[in-house]
Amino acid sequence: MAEMDTSSGGGHKKGPGVKKGKKLSTRVDLTPMVDLGFLLITFFIFTTTMSQPTAMKLFLPKDADKPEDQNKAKESGVITLLLGDFNNVFYYEGQLLPDASNFKSSTFKEIRTVLMDKKQRTPEKDLVVIVKPSSECTYRNVIDILDEMSINVLKRYALVDISEIEEQLVKISDKNGAATGAQ
Amino acid sequence: MGRAKLPRKSTTIDMTAMCDVAFLLLSFFILTTKFKPSEAIAVTTPNSVAAKVAPQKDYVMVILDKDGKVFIEMDDKAKKEVVANTLNTTRNLNLDLKAFQNALFFGAPLGSMASFLAMPEDQRKGDRLPGIPVKDTANNELTIWMRVIKDAYLGQKEPAFLLKGDNLAKFPAFKSIIDAFKKNDILKFQMITTPEAAPVGTDLWKMNQAGEKREE
Repeated sequence: MAEMDTSSGGGHKKGPGVKKGKKLSTRVDLTPMVDLGFLLITFFIFTTTMSQPTAMKLFLPKDADKPEDQNKAKESGVITLLLGDFNNVFYYEGQLLPDASNFKSSTFKEIRTVLMDKKQRTPEKDLVVIVKPSSECTYRNVIDILDEMSINVLKRYALVDISEIEEQLVKISDKNGAATGAQ
Repeated sequence: MGRAKLPRKSTTIDMTAMCDVAFLLLSFFILTTKFKPSEAIAVTTPNSVAAKVAPQKDYVMVILDKDGKVFIEMDDKAKKEVVANTLNTTRNLNLDLKAFQNALFFGAPLGSMASFLAMPEDQRKGDRLPGIPVKDTANNELTIWMRVIKDAYLGQKEPAFLLKGDNLAKFPAFKSIIDAFKKNDILKFQMITTPEAAPVGTDLWKMNQAGEKREE
């Protein structure tokens, strides 16, 4: 693509014995350079992560020593989420029945519909979500569930220690869940 | 009738302008890119819809890696010196102040901090270090660390307490970090996450669509 200087060829003749000074073009073909430039741009765009890490705030309540200091919640408005292994989520509404008949299982994908449903059924001031991570769940599960709170704009939620019975229940259900291939 | 002769036009285009643009963009990208410093501790953070950018200065970061090991990172050198002095006087650790100030992070039981600091910087890799012991609830060393750090900031603006955890870290380790925070009355902290858009159709998404500002 380089342009050749063609003007000197067809130019008028100078007198005999006058040597033609060959005019060299100063033009350089820039195409490869442009190619290189854009190649580097593409490289930088692809290797750059534009996203800056964000931070999620968490406010912990002070441990209440006396039982009368603890927050009371209406039983009908409470939903308890238990986080198990293999990304399983279990939940129950109100109190856990002795025969565990209201103990239901779910996954991280489905828990949103459960929470939305609960949110629609309960008056806002009564709604409390209790999150109880078991010792088998991962940090990611906890963050995901806290994130679910902000996704569904649930204002009142608490991170609570799991009880012995619940831990056992989660463990058993996890095993059964694993057998069916834990979605 | 003779046809009018079309003048042959050259197909070459002057590339100079395009070249200028290309390199202008290139230099822009190079100059605006901040290279991610190669991290000694590999942590993959979970995603969240949180929109607040994590603070870049004045922070105290607790790092939790995928094996449940805990590390502490601080950016204020003056405060690091205070921390080192306190540890030296209260626990007779004989820590080298310079090395303590220059260390990017700390991740060893208090007893072996001196040998941790004696290690060359490039050999301090997360997977080879023991981390700060937190598993034992009775002897959670992170509690001591947080107390000393909090005391170093006494009477001044509190630093931002950050927690950067790995996706795969198990909950008990996270729990012991929370406990260490709680014991020192650090009730506000932030967790580092990778941003993610709010899923379509959810309440948060509707709020964002309506242009409402959400409370942080």
